Amino acid sequence: MIEHDPVEHLIGLLAKLPGLGRRSARRAVLRMLMQPEQAMLPLAAALRDAAAAVRRCRLCGNLDARDPCGICRDPNRDHGVICVVEGVAELWALERAHAHRGLYHVLGGTLSALGGIGPEDLAVQPLLARIAEGGVEEVILALPATVDGATTAHYLTDRLKPAGVPVTRLAQGVPMGGALDVLDEGTLAAALKARRAV
Amino acid sequence: MPPLSLTRLMLRDFRSYPALTAGFHGRIVVVAGENGVGKTNLLEAISLLGPGRGLRGARILEFGLHGPEGPLPWAAAGRFRGPSGEFDIGTGTPEGGPAERRVFRLDGQPAKSQADLAERVAAVWLTPQMDRLFQDGAGDRRRFLDRLVWALEPHHAREVAAYDNAMAQRNRLLAGERREGRAPDPAWLAALEDAMARHGVAAAAARRGLVGRLNAALEGGITGAFPAARLSLHCAVAAALDQAPALAVEDGLRAGWAAERGRDAAAGATLSGPHRADLGFTHVPKSLPAALCSTGEQKALLVAVVLAHAALIEQTRGFAPLLLLDEVAAHLDAPRREALFGALAALPAQAFLTGTDPAIFAPLRGWRRCSAPCPGRSFRMAIFPCRKPPESLYYG
Repeated sequence: MIEHDPVEHLIGLLAKLPGLGRRSARRAVLRMLMQPEQAMLPLAAALRDAAAAVRRCRLCGNLDARDPCGICRDPNRDHGVICVVEGVAELWALERAHAHRGLYHVLGGTLSALGGIGPEDLAVQPLLARIAEGGVEEVILALPATVDGATTAHYLTDRLKPAGVPVTRLAQGVPMGGALDVLDEGTLAAALKARRAV
Repeated sequence: MPPLSLTRLMLRDFRSYPALTAGFHGRIVVVAGENGVGKTNLLEAISLLGPGRGLRGARILEFGLHGPEGPLPWAAAGRFRGPSGEFDIGTGTPEGGPAERRVFRLDGQPAKSQADLAERVAAVWLTPQMDRLFQDGAGDRRRFLDRLVWALEPHHAREVAAYDNAMAQRNRLLAGERREGRAPDPAWLAALEDAMARHGVAAAAARRGLVGRLNAALEGGITGAFPAARLSLHCAVAAALDQAPALAVEDGLRAGWAAERGRDAAAGATLSGPHRADLGFTHVPKSLPAALCSTGEQKALLVAVVLAHAALIEQTRGFAPLLLLDEVAAHLDAPRREALFGALAALPAQAFLTGTDPAIFAPLRGWRRCSAPCPGRSFRMAIFPCRKPPESLYYG
């Protein structure tokens, strides 16, 4: 029976992961089955270890083996600047860029009335609580440039206003190494609007 | 510069076509045949090679040929010759993927977005369904205008979609208040109204700009012997842009929507904004609004607008769109048909015409037989259905 076939079962599980379709899952499984001792068992052990150890950071919502996470514990980071991101993937992207030396706050999504995601479904209250504790000098909103991202940014700006903390958001515009003539009109217009003196 | 032209079309399990390969080596292609042979399906397939939902605005599940277990996976692929050389565009349901998804390929590679296609291909069309444009609600005329804007400004579709999205969310929040008696978060509503203001003003400005340019082109006699039309945009936001800068109009909209939340909640809809815009047509020689014109005159007005639009695209983007004119000639009297064929000959655009009676396209055949009105341009005629091999599809 196909459905009890362990190979098909494994392919099915892998194919559910983002970025993997059935075809790439099949290729990965085939490669692993060639060397089960070297490729499969260490992977199985790593999966088990990660599932047991990794937790959400109670301060920022990051995923880490420690709670609070390594970023929140790091005394060398600027604890006065909090960068608000939609999810952990965005946090990782900013960390890869080595451009932000402050802390993070993972919102867990963006507002979407059509998707049934309201402010109470996001980590808005924990963010306000962190700011109320004091010591925060700037909140950077690093949210996607979509309708939901912009709505969430506008909403957070409004909610953060009483705290009196300066709120900034990421710039939108010309990518590094990008030629102007290949940019879409929306990005070009945003870049022109956000121009600054040199 | 060579006009954008479709030189080959391949279909698989699309609508009534199990398989089709057709070459179009001409600038005016006539598809003539009886009702139900698949003339409009062919035009629809061509329209799907550009961005959007095609000339019928159909759902993806409707495109597949119906097999015993429902719609089959379908594909449409076109080879184009344009100002930048030859390129291929393909679309259809993904191999082994869900039937309700549609993917695009540009030169065999997955296209990142429909905007990538919009940079290479543009198509404008007239269908018999659009004859009702003057009788139907403002929404159809607005969508007609938006499609015209989109062909010139690919970014416009995003502005309209973002505005509609934010408005749908605002309506949902306000409906929640009505249903559950729970007041929606005012900061959330303000954030959505901010998005509506930014995207709505951008969309209204683009519509206003296009109407102005089309009127200038029509007044300049760009449609030749075709009767001139004049367009008017009925939109409070566009009118406000005549009086104030865009940022001030945005502020006004935000304040207005904030004040109208109670009224809109009771109505279950947002009652003001650029989504209420309407497009008016006037028959200039008669100084009559389109709604009071005869069916033939209304058709002539639409044709004039579409031709002017094609000329604008050519001026702006360097290539004219494909013109897909479904059953257009049949509604026109002989002098207007001559005017249409003359205008098509003057435009550097490839046109696809359908009709049930090949005889009404006779003037085109005449042009081909005698020396072409424009040097180097030839006219071809295709008759469908065709049992002969594709290369002998044409006569002229």
